[in-house]
Amino acid sequence: MKVGVVTFPDSNSDVDALNALAVAGVDPVTLWHESPDLQGVSAVILPGGFAYGDYIRAGVIARFSPVMRGVSTFAAGGGHVLGICNGFQILAEAGMVPGALLRNRSLRFACRIVAIKPERTDSPFTRAATGQPIRIPIAHGEGCYYADEATLDELERDGQVLFRYVRDDGTPALDPDDPANPNGSLRAIAGVCNSAGNVAGLMPHPERMSEAILGSDDGLQLIRSLVESAREWEAAGRPALAAPAVTRVEAER
Amino acid sequence: MSEFRYAVNVLPKPGILDPQGRAVELSLPHLNVANVSRVRVGRRAELTVTAGSEAEARQVVESLARELLSNPLIEAYAIELLEATSSTDSTKATLA
Repeated sequence: MKVGVVTFPDSNSDVDALNALAVAGVDPVTLWHESPDLQGVSAVILPGGFAYGDYIRAGVIARFSPVMRGVSTFAAGGGHVLGICNGFQILAEAGMVPGALLRNRSLRFACRIVAIKPERTDSPFTRAATGQPIRIPIAHGEGCYYADEATLDELERDGQVLFRYVRDDGTPALDPDDPANPNGSLRAIAGVCNSAGNVAGLMPHPERMSEAILGSDDGLQLIRSLVESAREWEAAGRPALAAPAVTRVEAER
Repeated sequence: MSEFRYAVNVLPKPGILDPQGRAVELSLPHLNVANVSRVRVGRRAELTVTAGSEAEARQVVESLARELLSNPLIEAYAIELLEATSSTDSTKATLA
């Protein structure tokens, strides 16, 4: 089974993601930003980096690249898409996951290991997770998750909040100024999914801690979750979504 | 066809945290400025559209402002017409 990782100009975690997929036992495939052809992959990762220099707003120029037409069609057809860090910013700008990523509250680029906790372990992106806090790195300047209060309530109600930043005792760092909340994210949100549940974004980097030689393989459980979901989706004959997700991109065209 | 020069000014919406504005405010004491407050920092893009009419040109700018230059979830934009140049005659009308 093949899983694709998109390389945009200025992607920098694409090779890490390809490696993590190989560790998880699938054939990693590089997808080029200039082609909408996904080469028959069973899932897609949008990796970290600074696509197109992060000009205007992180993710917005990448959103209009040819590969995103393919990714949008793939997701609308039920395929699983995971955006990590800059990949999350691209998905948010494309309206494929709810919310926006603002400049870190501290104004500093945040680069360190944080703890996040999956809110649920029955989603396509957390099914192989233990449910315990996961310690993986962050490296971003714009990771402060924002959505209006009504949207935040909806996301919590519908189980679309997948990860929150947690303190040492495992409780969510809800106060935006809590040191365990590295960027001031509202309600300590580190990762969300779309309403259909097949597109997810998270700021921390599971691929950068996906085998022991990297210091820890704590992130591998999330890569494995994606791989398991892709395998199941292929085995079931690539079923369409029960209720097709309408993305902002599609809604406006 | 005519050329229309626009500016698109983008600012964080009221109520949205603006860390850049806050950083500027924090620097004010170093400049011995005590009477400045409510700083918001945004961005400005200037661009020229070639079109048959101002209405047609503005439509293009509106859509760029909405989809690319701003994120409507967190930012508001305002469009200014800076200059209109007719390419049939070389008369240049400078507005504003």
